[in-house]
Amino acid sequence: MLGRLSFSAIPLDVPILVGTFLGVAIIGLAVLGLITYYGKWGYLWKEWFTTVDHKRLAVMYVVLALVALFRGFADAIMMRTQLAMAYAGNPGYLPPHHYDQIFSAHGTIMIFFLAMAFMTGLFNFVVPLQIGARDVAFPFLNNLSFWMTAIAFILVNVSLFIGEFSQCGWLAYPPLSETQFSPGVGVDYYIWAIQLSGVGTLLTGVNFFVTIVKMRAPGMTWMRMPVFTWTAFCASILIMVSFPVLTVAVALLGLDRYFGMHFFTNDGGGNQMLYLSLIWAWGHPEVYILVIPAFGVFSEVVPAFSGKPLFGYGTMVYATCSIMVLSFIVWVHHFFTMGAGPDVNAFFGIATMIISIPTGVKLFNWMFTMYKGRVQFHACMYWAVGFMVTFTIGGMTGVMMAIPGADFVLHNSLFLIAHFHNVIIGGVYFGYICGMNFWFPKVMGFKMNETWGIRAFWFWFVGFYFAFVPLYVLGFDGMTRRMNHYDNPQWHVLMLIAEVGAVLILLGIVCQLTQLYVTIRDRNLPANRDVTGDPWNGRALEWSTSSPPPPYNFAIVPHVHELDAFMHDKENGIDTRGAGGPYAPIHMPKNTAAGFLVGAFSFIFGFAAVWYIWWLAALGLIGVIGTIIARSANKDIDYYIPAEEVARIENEHSRKLMAQAAE
Amino acid sequence: MAHDTTVQTAGHDEHHHESPVVFGFWVYLMTDCIIFGSLFAVFAVLHNQVNGGPSGRDLFEYKGLAEETALLLISSITYGFGMIAAHKNEISKVIMWLGVTFLLGLGFVGLELSEFAHMIHEGNGPDRSAFLSSFFTLVSTHGLHVTCGLIWIVTLIVQLMGTTEIPERMMSKLTCLSLFWHFLDIVWICVFTYVYLASMI
Repeated sequence: MLGRLSFSAIPLDVPILVGTFLGVAIIGLAVLGLITYYGKWGYLWKEWFTTVDHKRLAVMYVVLALVALFRGFADAIMMRTQLAMAYAGNPGYLPPHHYDQIFSAHGTIMIFFLAMAFMTGLFNFVVPLQIGARDVAFPFLNNLSFWMTAIAFILVNVSLFIGEFSQCGWLAYPPLSETQFSPGVGVDYYIWAIQLSGVGTLLTGVNFFVTIVKMRAPGMTWMRMPVFTWTAFCASILIMVSFPVLTVAVALLGLDRYFGMHFFTNDGGGNQMLYLSLIWAWGHPEVYILVIPAFGVFSEVVPAFSGKPLFGYGTMVYATCSIMVLSFIVWVHHFFTMGAGPDVNAFFGIATMIISIPTGVKLFNWMFTMYKGRVQFHACMYWAVGFMVTFTIGGMTGVMMAIPGADFVLHNSLFLIAHFHNVIIGGVYFGYICGMNFWFPKVMGFKMNETWGIRAFWFWFVGFYFAFVPLYVLGFDGMTRRMNHYDNPQWHVLMLIAEVGAVLILLGIVCQLTQLYVTIRDRNLPANRDVTGDPWNGRALEWSTSSPPPPYNFAIVPHVHELDAFMHDKENGIDTRGAGGPYAPIHMPKNTAAGFLVGAFSFIFGFAAVWYIWWLAALGLIGVIGTIIARSANKDIDYYIPAEEVARIENEHSRKLMAQAAE
Repeated sequence: MAHDTTVQTAGHDEHHHESPVVFGFWVYLMTDCIIFGSLFAVFAVLHNQVNGGPSGRDLFEYKGLAEETALLLISSITYGFGMIAAHKNEISKVIMWLGVTFLLGLGFVGLELSEFAHMIHEGNGPDRSAFLSSFFTLVSTHGLHVTCGLIWIVTLIVQLMGTTEIPERMMSKLTCLSLFWHFLDIVWICVFTYVYLASMI
């Protein structure tokens, strides 16, 4: 009846998990209780859970990403604490079985649910506004994508308290991840979380690709597209080309586990290196999926706070596109030690080094944008400049590892760990937080608190170096990754320094939370309100509408005459908004529960498949198919906002603008 | 894209210029194509790993294969007739041709399943060797797609019944399914040549 599931699956013998469960349960109940107390369930359901508005989905994605950050960071600081203790005979406080789950969950969560969700949140918010569109091409699929990501994240967290998570690292290499060596449910949780969130990500890629190709405002030619939109475009292409390969790799691993097939097993003719090739044919493009949009954020932020147009727009576009193409011909550098031979390794080594050229072009472009500009050191610029320094160092250690000979020494060592955290924290995370500070007033209508933003930056920045420079040294000293304890007492002091770094980063996160709190507390102070919708003297179309934008984004679809369309209009006295009308009724998609239902049924399906509860899995699958068919038959999917309503909203905004100007 | 609607009329016409559904679905099919491409690559790597068991030459038979191929290719033609009828707004004909396509597709899936059942019965199931794992996975991924197509055909037939005209949204659904169905034909031709013929020669 319940497959493999029984009471023994609940880890009551692990005090850390029981404590965590109690904590999560108390907080969860408190949140649910508050929502019920204030009677907000109907509001949440009608305005948020079923929404097809890209702006609201963006907010939900970012909230999801921040929750994932807490979970992923809790894993990180637990690992650092373990390694600060566990040397020379001291076993530390985490037994290997638990420790292995933590590092696997840390990587999985940080990449799939922090970084991907944050990135999708930024896409959702910014891209339609930047191209002068009223929504994405497929608003319903957008809602569905969110729920697939969300339920996959819930599935990963359920594994904390029911059963276990994978102990095979964030990519679950076989043969360790095969049934023979991992008979438990951990890898199955991993497989279904990846597959379900993969559906969401793939649909997001298709959605934004089509949105950008088909829905740009009149006059916005390719070379008038803002750089962030370009990076979203390139990342969408990378998603569409690489995520199907991930689906195949993980599906084949699942077939090995569920049906006893022999793709990657030791026996039966299986080939483990095939898995590595497939997973990295996705995995390498994936890191560019994450970092290219971060480059896009900096390309918007640096010009805005330097008071100058972006230096070398064309080269920025071409550099982005070349990185996109090159990212597909470097995957073998993740396993130079496989023994592919010197010719193959040399090709992939050189291809990898070539990527540093377009990346270098970008860095110089940002620096030349600042050169002789009126640089304002806003919190956003701290993250941007911190990125330039940190990411460059990470890029250089990457080029070191691209030398196959050097890689034989550094492979699988902490040097590698330091390298990719160097680019992912210094590039991706700094970029997304920078973007959050930049676009927050557009989303909410008030600015983020700068003081706490800058404090958060310094803790993250300094904390990063404390946490990861020792890892470079340890890697050279021969310390491999994923160790639970070690015997070499000389490593201990470096591990302690890294622990200090992790604590500094913790303080950085505390500052970010404080920043959010202070921001919301002081939202009504006149200095914090964003009345004009253009708080930074912005250049692209998203700043031409009000903050927060009306549901339809643009009452009158703007016409683009030039790159930096809004700046061009401001300089030439053109009213981008077309205030005063005349307005026409606006066609809008209706909210729908279908995305939520497909997500909920998928969750049931995934959970049941993990535990071999086949009748429940069948029910889940039927639910998914049934919901999609019902949705396809539903004719009531759109409505019109009447012209009078549009006029009322627009005139209200115009009145506020004039009141502001009169002061 | 750079078509110049005047600001005055831009209001609600803007949303209607060519629905992105068909283009979006085509793009999605290209990602599906990458799934098949990866599975072909896996088959290429593993097709000699027979683990002491039978190879493709020992297992595959021309007869069933020819029948399967014929059914699927003809079903593409009948779907085409259905689309012609749809453009003429002849709903009963559309339903009839969709029904014929459904039966042909069902025949294909049935033959494929009986081929699989036969192989598994002989002890040559997907757990026998890496070659058979990759064979079963590639071919049944295609078969699973055809099955989804069948469900989709039934859904559209039901939605078409009792209607008197084909609105734009229904037309784009029919077009998407048409793309899907022809796409599966193309994939089958690759399966047919690369998996079956190349093993049998």
